[in-house]
Amino acid sequence: MKQLIVFIKKEFLQVFRDKRSLLLLFGLPIAQIVLFGFALSNEVKNSKIVVVDYSKDAVTSQIIRKIAASKYFNIEQSMQSADQLQAAFKKGAIKMAVIFPANFALNLQHTGKASMQVIADASDPNVATTVVNYVTQIVNSYNGQLSSLSAQPLQIVPEVQMMYNPQLLGAPNFIPGVMALVLMLVCTMMTSVAIVKEKELGTMEILLVSPFKPLYIIIAKLTPNLFISIINYFIIIILSAVFLDLQVKGSLLLLTFCSILFILTSLSIGLLISIGAKTQQAAMMGSLMGMMLPTMLLTGFLFPVENMPIALQWLANFVPSRWYFIIVKQIMLKGLGIASVWKETLILLGMCVLLFTISLKKFKIRLQ
Amino acid sequence: MITLNNIDKTYNKGSVTALKDISFSVKGDELFGLIGPDGAGKTTLFRILTTLMLADKGEASVNGFDVVKDYKQIRNCVGYMPGKFSLYQDLTIKENLNFFAAIFGTTLEENYDLIKDIYQQIEPFKDRRAGQLSGGMKQKLGLCCALIHRPKVLFLDEPTTGVDVVSRREFWEMLKKLKRQGITILVSTAYMDEAKLCDRIALIQKGQILSIDTPANIIDSFPEKLYGIKSAKFSGVFKLLQDTRSYPGIASCFAFGDSLHATFNDSSDKRLINYLHTKGNSDVTMETITPGVEDCFIHLLKE
Repeated sequence: MKQLIVFIKKEFLQVFRDKRSLLLLFGLPIAQIVLFGFALSNEVKNSKIVVVDYSKDAVTSQIIRKIAASKYFNIEQSMQSADQLQAAFKKGAIKMAVIFPANFALNLQHTGKASMQVIADASDPNVATTVVNYVTQIVNSYNGQLSSLSAQPLQIVPEVQMMYNPQLLGAPNFIPGVMALVLMLVCTMMTSVAIVKEKELGTMEILLVSPFKPLYIIIAKLTPNLFISIINYFIIIILSAVFLDLQVKGSLLLLTFCSILFILTSLSIGLLISIGAKTQQAAMMGSLMGMMLPTMLLTGFLFPVENMPIALQWLANFVPSRWYFIIVKQIMLKGLGIASVWKETLILLGMCVLLFTISLKKFKIRLQ
Repeated sequence: MITLNNIDKTYNKGSVTALKDISFSVKGDELFGLIGPDGAGKTTLFRILTTLMLADKGEASVNGFDVVKDYKQIRNCVGYMPGKFSLYQDLTIKENLNFFAAIFGTTLEENYDLIKDIYQQIEPFKDRRAGQLSGGMKQKLGLCCALIHRPKVLFLDEPTTGVDVVSRREFWEMLKKLKRQGITILVSTAYMDEAKLCDRIALIQKGQILSIDTPANIIDSFPEKLYGIKSAKFSGVFKLLQDTRSYPGIASCFAFGDSLHATFNDSSDKRLINYLHTKGNSDVTMETITPGVEDCFIHLLKE
């Protein structure tokens, strides 16, 4: 046991001395979150929009001024008619269009209610919801001002229409997706080089000609990676809570437990690659090429698994991140408990145990 | 201590022969040398004995344990220093030593007396990373790590390759001291001049053993008289070699540094000197010399 602790200590020492890898290990998840997160949600600053005003009265120009003053929008042009809108949306030149019907202020005064139309390009669902929310807020605050000024209740109602993707599919999916992707890649990549490195440097020869047990070598190799991955997991959780305003709705403890299980599964995959590979480079390529594509495509966060051909759906069942992705969505986004994720958790557990056992069996006690 | 019986080993599904019918044995507290050029099969032999590889045929045992069945026991009681520097380059001398001590379930302090002489030479650099050490220091550290658990048998695969002359001499001094402590040592080297420092040597070439004996006996068994031929002009060694070989009475002739080692077909022939002078070599001298291990090796290769 003392041997094992010394070995683990040595592994930590080596990991922390390798500054470049360390930067990569912690930089990758942060970069992913920033790239995925901000590219999808914060791009809404300075969104190009179009305003079509058929009414041209005091109220509409006031609202237009408010929208123009907001840092979220750039009014691209004021079109005279809605006919050109379709073309502008298709080109992707604009994110949203705001249309005021004729006699807007008149309607408001006489009936106490007026409708404006808000059309958003929902092919990018995150952006669409965000810009629509912004414009609704502006209109609501204007409503508040109106009510305080006049005796009778006045209300402007934005009628929202999502174009191209009315159900807004895949909107909050990216954080669970990024979690699955990052943990899977970092874990397999880190671990895949772990044992090959010793082989390549020749230290494996000495380790083998010693009473040290193969199981201990594997445990010692995995421990620092497990530790780093857990830190990475918390970094992602914190980043998404602080910057992307996406808190864990369900039990953090349960999510953490499932994440550790998923990390262990990914580590075991890396281990298997490491035991099979001959050079560090081969291991790196194997884990990158072999894991990146299946994880990206078959996890379900870029393309829903349900819509895939049967063969791919069947194949996706073997990708651990697919199950983890479901678990994270259920716990993090929907706030559900163990009752709704026990099946996926069991599958992960099974995969983990199986992969680890194969790795241990395949670990060579001799060279070649 | 170490015995090998008819060991065969091939690579690439039998297409490359690494070892062919190797049999010999090493006695307890003997310093045994495996002498042969690169690619002779020395490393393969070491790997079979240290249980890192399986032989295709034959049996071997170390310290009474079979290399296949009892590999765990062997791994407990041998020290192994691979030919390639195989310590953690990103750990310091001290960290490497403590690590390997712990792996073998011992401590640096426990066996300090065994490695003291060697360790003291690298101790001033104990906080330097192993990757930044010179070749000689690396080998000393490697030896310390291989000795840290007081092994019964020590396997050293080309420990002096790439090490300067002074460090090489020191290294062999250390091996002799270790032998006196009762450790059996099997060492391989491509340097023929180191062969005479061993108790017994095995000359190995292309996976086959040419001869096994003490260095003195191997030299004694050299069947012919050997002559050293020198020219005053140092740069002319190659021309001298060509000219000597062209002389009809010469049986063999090889260059050794700035002189030639030659044997004659029948008896020595003083006319060779005149012959060489007429060929344009200046101040040629010839004298009888005692053969070295390398001469024996070359001779055995020809047979």
